[in-house]
Amino acid sequence: MELTGAEIVVRCLAEEGTEFVFGYPGGAVLNIYDEVFKQNKFKHVLVRHEQAAVHAADGYARATGRTGVALVTSGPGATNAVTGIATAYMDSIPLVVISGQVPTAAIGMDAFQEVDMVGITRPCVKHNFLVKDVRDLAETIKKAFYLASTGRPGPVVVDIPKDVTQHKTEFTYPKKVTMRSYNPVIKGHPGQIKRAVQMILDAKRPMLYTGGGVVLSNAAEELTQLTRQLGFPITSTLMGLGGYPASDPLFTGMLGMHGTYEANMAMQHCDVLIAIGARFDDRVIGNPEHFFQDGRRIIHIDIDPTSIAKRVKVDVPIVGNVKDVLAEMNKLIQVSKEKPDQAALKTWWTQIELWRSQDCMKYDRDSSLIKPQYVIEKLHQVTRGDAYVTSDVGQHQMWAAQYYKFDQPRRWINSGGLGTMGFGLPAAMGVQFAHPEAMVACVTGEGSIQMNIQELSTCKQFNLPLKIILLNNRYLGMVRQWQEFFYGNRYAESYMDALPDFAKLAESYGHVGMKIEKPEDVEGALKEAFDMKDRLVFMNFITDQKENVFPMIPAGKGLSEMILV
Amino acid sequence: MENEAGALSRVAGLFSARGYNIESLTVAPTEDATLSRMTIVTRGSDDVIEQITKQLNKLIDVVKVVDLSEAGHIERELMLVKVRAEGELREEMKRMSDIFRGRIVDVTDKTYTIELTGAGYKLDAFLEALDKDAILETVRSGASGIGRGDRMLKV
Repeated sequence: MELTGAEIVVRCLAEEGTEFVFGYPGGAVLNIYDEVFKQNKFKHVLVRHEQAAVHAADGYARATGRTGVALVTSGPGATNAVTGIATAYMDSIPLVVISGQVPTAAIGMDAFQEVDMVGITRPCVKHNFLVKDVRDLAETIKKAFYLASTGRPGPVVVDIPKDVTQHKTEFTYPKKVTMRSYNPVIKGHPGQIKRAVQMILDAKRPMLYTGGGVVLSNAAEELTQLTRQLGFPITSTLMGLGGYPASDPLFTGMLGMHGTYEANMAMQHCDVLIAIGARFDDRVIGNPEHFFQDGRRIIHIDIDPTSIAKRVKVDVPIVGNVKDVLAEMNKLIQVSKEKPDQAALKTWWTQIELWRSQDCMKYDRDSSLIKPQYVIEKLHQVTRGDAYVTSDVGQHQMWAAQYYKFDQPRRWINSGGLGTMGFGLPAAMGVQFAHPEAMVACVTGEGSIQMNIQELSTCKQFNLPLKIILLNNRYLGMVRQWQEFFYGNRYAESYMDALPDFAKLAESYGHVGMKIEKPEDVEGALKEAFDMKDRLVFMNFITDQKENVFPMIPAGKGLSEMILV
Repeated sequence: MENEAGALSRVAGLFSARGYNIESLTVAPTEDATLSRMTIVTRGSDDVIEQITKQLNKLIDVVKVVDLSEAGHIERELMLVKVRAEGELREEMKRMSDIFRGRIVDVTDKTYTIELTGAGYKLDAFLEALDKDAILETVRSGASGIGRGDRMLKV
């Protein structure tokens, strides 16, 4: 039977097992929306801004590992989606974003709501398509899902002109798709894996450095097995948190610009560094020249060959899926008669414990003001470490990463690469749709939350019982911190004046609002909020204005050049 | 690479976004109409060339990447040069064209248009050898390359 392009889009999404489409209608996608209306295979979630549609699809993808889907119209709908797409691209999140386009005959005519979506998104997608013929539509959508979810995942845009959604063709959905130009390597090279294992067994001062690749490839189990059977110290990037249980003694905390003293020092002074699904980016190792350490050998496992030897030279590169490579390594280590030098490892741990005894995460617990770190610690306690935590970008993001001890993967959801303020609330919506029964907390700042605050309306429409933890210091805190450290306390435009009454604002959207001003009220308020299982609670914590994120490595410095409290 | 609309802009966009320079770029469909072949001349340290190769391979439309300069290869570029050909210059230009094995492909009473093929340095040498004031216009195709002997880039 012949179907219209619009019918085909909807059928393809159903074939892919799509549960939710996050979107916003408009002229170019009216035909598609008409078919969305007629079907019941997936639920459409109407957001209040296209950026939020993509972030919500992204949050859904991060929390589930499945491909998120967003649907936007042409022109401004498409451009509004770009920040969301770039956010997903930087963090390698599988998304399919369908955008409407003006009719093919109008393309290039500066038509109403026309924008070159394929051109605009080219640098921030894994791939994109403009579908000019309805006969190519089904296969293109199949390819989009295939590309988004395999290899190093990423967002794929499918731009569909309005007339293509009207044209008819015979519909068959391809069972599978092969592309001669796209064959991601999954299994690591056996020789390289052997070399790596030998290097690991010979290590005197080993260090495991893990990143978002562990979470993306669902390799937490393999990583935990590897780490525990070796007894090696392990650290994680911001993106990898939860890949290894943070409450485990082998875990040295997050590394990088705001990482722990022990993790950063161990990174710098180890003799064998095992990088797993991490990419040595500037917020992690700082300046590559300062990071360089004579005699330290590096093993680097990554599915994307371009991530290897990009910023740091490595001794044993292994291109492959982290999960598969770690499983191979575990097997080899299990059958090997050799064991790492236990005496050397013990000495190394003594050194690490010495660094750890610096207690770099300490803060003033007797303050009469609410300390943001304290709020996160209490959040962890009240939710028994079992919440999904999304965040925006800034100081609150770092505190959430440092003080909420993530023991499971896919629980910590934040924009690490692009650093997108406004991500937290819509991402939390996507998470709550994926896990309706779960506790979902959005840790945010008064700057970030206002970048997508309109989504409180979406939350009301769909009864999403999110808990918004606003750490309100009346400053763009991270900007203020840099201005304090590096710009002679000149707080240029970082003060947030004329803030709304957030509690009343939340109430006006039909939610519960709270304002918490004293440290002794923090725990009770959190308990009260999480007891309201069917309501969104917006918690406005008035925190210490001058609190800073420590430790800190100034930009351009090396890992051992930390500023401690 | 796949002979798809927009494939060229993906390559060009990659070079500009990552700060690599393109000295020349040529592209045309191959005997298999679904494929295009592109020759890019670029410059960089070994590390940069390695990154460029990897980044190109990562583009979905790119089927295969070969660094021709890793082994024996032939490089050819086409140049058309319009030169002044009046008075004593007329004979001089004919002679220079012959020395460089060029061909005069268009003649007027005032100008010659010379076609010259060769590696980039040969074309540079030809332009160097001419009197600057005699050169009216040049157009170069950019280099095309192919491996020597059994070395083949085939899909």
